[in-house]
Amino acid sequence: MVENRRYRNILAYLVLAVGVLIVAFPVYLAILASTFDAATIINGNMPLVPGDQAGENYYRTLFIGASRSTREPVSMMMLNSFIMAMGIAIGKILISILSAYAVVYYKFPLRRTAFWIIFITLMLPVEVRIYPTYKIVADLGLLDTYTGLILPLIASATGTLLFRQFFMTIPDELLEASKIDGAGAFRFFKDTLLPLSVTTMAALFVIQFIYGWNQYLWPLLITTKDNMQTIVIGIKKMLTTQDALTEWQIAMTTAVLAMVPPVFVVIFMQRFFVKGLVETEK
Amino acid sequence: MAGVSLDTVRKIYAGNVEAVKGVSLGIEDGSFCVLVGPSGCGKSTLLRMIAGLETISGGEVKIGDRVVNEIEPADRDIAMVFQNYALYPHMSVYDNMAYGLKNRKTPKDEIEKRVKEAARILAIESFLERKPRALSGGQRQRVAMGRAIVRKPQVFLFDEPLSNLDAKLRVQMRVEIKRLQRALGVTSIYVTHDQVEAMTLSDKLVVMSGGQIEQVGSPSEVYRRPETRFVATFIGSPPMNILPGKVEGNGRVSIGGQSLSVSDMRDGLAVGSDIEVGLRPEDVRAGATGQLSMNVDFVEELGATQLFHGKLGGADFIVQAPTGQIAADAKQLSLSIDPANVHLFDPQTTKRLGKA
Repeated sequence: MVENRRYRNILAYLVLAVGVLIVAFPVYLAILASTFDAATIINGNMPLVPGDQAGENYYRTLFIGASRSTREPVSMMMLNSFIMAMGIAIGKILISILSAYAVVYYKFPLRRTAFWIIFITLMLPVEVRIYPTYKIVADLGLLDTYTGLILPLIASATGTLLFRQFFMTIPDELLEASKIDGAGAFRFFKDTLLPLSVTTMAALFVIQFIYGWNQYLWPLLITTKDNMQTIVIGIKKMLTTQDALTEWQIAMTTAVLAMVPPVFVVIFMQRFFVKGLVETEK
Repeated sequence: MAGVSLDTVRKIYAGNVEAVKGVSLGIEDGSFCVLVGPSGCGKSTLLRMIAGLETISGGEVKIGDRVVNEIEPADRDIAMVFQNYALYPHMSVYDNMAYGLKNRKTPKDEIEKRVKEAARILAIESFLERKPRALSGGQRQRVAMGRAIVRKPQVFLFDEPLSNLDAKLRVQMRVEIKRLQRALGVTSIYVTHDQVEAMTLSDKLVVMSGGQIEQVGSPSEVYRRPETRFVATFIGSPPMNILPGKVEGNGRVSIGGQSLSVSDMRDGLAVGSDIEVGLRPEDVRAGATGQLSMNVDFVEELGATQLFHGKLGGADFIVQAPTGQIAADAKQLSLSIDPANVHLFDPQTTKRLGKA
C-alpha cells in the first residue's frame, strides 16, 4: 500500500508539473523576450536564458514607447489602466454596498422588483449592451474621458449580490441592538456593517480591479486619443503595425509590465482578507 | 426607575395573524416580571413591542407615565439582552459596552467610569480589551448584561438570555441575574419558555398561551392555585396529572368510581356532571389506606426522588415520592391526597372550578 501511494504521488506531481510548465512557459517566454533586442527575437532563434537588453527595453518602454504604433510611453498607459481599474473597483464597491444595504435593510414598495431588476443586469454583460451604452456615453460627451471608461462598467449586479448574501447572514439582533444603542440607519451602516464587510470588500476589490485592468473591448471603442489608451489596447496596437516590423521586444516588455499591478493587488489583498477572515465572526 | 403598563396591546401581522390578542398588564416599579409560555405564545412579540422593535398594532404601552407607542427604541430608556447576545463582533468588550453611551454623546470620562463600574459588578474587568469571539458563552452573556447596565435604563428587557448556555452555567447565571436585579432595583421583564427559570426569577409571573395571558400572580400563587388547566400543566415538573371525573356533590368528586374529597370546589355544580381533576405528582402520598389506587408501570430514578408512572382511572398518572418511601418494585399503590391539593377544572372552558 505504502509503495503504491508513493507511485501515485509521483504521478500526481508529474501531471501537476506538466500543467505548470504549460501555463508558465509562455509567461517565461514573454519575460525572456523583454531582455533581447528586436533582431534576436525576430530571427526565430531566441535563447532560453535572459539576454542583456533588459535595462534598455524597460527604459524605452516605460518612458518613450513604441516608435510608430502607440506614440505614448507605456507609463502613461499604465496610469490610464490604473485609474480605470481603481475607479471600477472602488465605484463598484460603493454602489454595491449601498444598494445591497437598501435592498436588505429597508422596506420600501417594490423592493423585490428593485432587487430583480438589479439581478437581471447580470444577464446583460457589457458586450451585449454595448451599442446603447456607447450611444449614451457619446451623447453625454464622455468619449475619451476617465468617466466614460469607468462609469458603464460599474453598473452591474455581481457586487450587489455578493453584499446582499453577506448582509443576509448578519443576525437581525445586531441591527436591533444598534437601534437600542441609539444608532440610526447610517450609524449602523458605518459602525457595524462596514467593519464586518471588510473581507467581502477586499475580495470584491481584487476581482473588480483585475476585471477593470483587463478590459479590452470597451476602452477600444471609446478611446481614440493616444494619451487615453490603456495598456491592454497598447499591446494590441503594438502587435499590428502596418508598414514596419513589430517591435516585439517592446510589446513583450509591455506585456510583462501589464502583469505586474494585478499580481501586486492579489498578493497585497490576499494578506488583507485572510486577516479579515480570521478576525470576523458573526 | 419606572413601572411598565400595557393596555389591551395587540400585534397583528400581515395576513391578519394575531400574535398578541389584547394583553393588559401592570408591572410595578422595581419588580421582576417573567413572561413564560410555550413557543409561539406571543411572549417574545410582546417584549419586542415594549422594546420598540415591533410596531404596536393596537393598545398602549407606557413606561413610567409616558406612552411610548411612537417612540424610537433608543429613546424609550430601556436596555435589552438578546438570546444570542448580539455583541458587535468587531468591537472590544469595552467598546461594546460604551457604544450606546457614545451614541448619546455621553462625556468620555463618564463613559469610562460607568463601563469600569459595570465591569466590576460583573467581574469582567480582566477582558475589557478582548473581542467577543475570544470569550466563552457565559462571559459573552455578562458582556451583554454589562451593555445593558451601563445605560442605567428605566427597564431591563431579557429575551431568553440563558437559552444558549449549558445547563450548569444557566443555573449559575440565573442566580446572578436575580442578584443583580435585586442590587440595581431596575424594573425587569424577562421572557423564557423554561418554567424553572420563570418560577425562580419572578416576583410577578405571567403565563401566556395563544397570544393571551392565562394567569398573572406570584410564583407560589400560580403554582398553588392555577386558574386554567393550561397553567396547571405548564407550571410544575413533572406536570400535574389531569384525570376525568364526575361531581358527586358535598365537596366530593369521583375518579373511575373512587371517591375523593375536595376543599376548593365551586358551589352549585350539578351532581353527575363531568369535571377534570388535577393532582400534582408531588402532592400525592402513597400509604396503606388511601382513597385512590393506581397500577405502576415503571419507575424513573431522579436521585433524591422517584417517579412512579402508571394508570389511574384509565388515565396516565405520575406520583413523585422521596427515594425509599415507596418500594421500587411496588405494582399497586394506594394513594391519599390532602383535599386542599385537589384542583378542579371545567372540561369545556378549562377554567378552574374553585370557590368564588
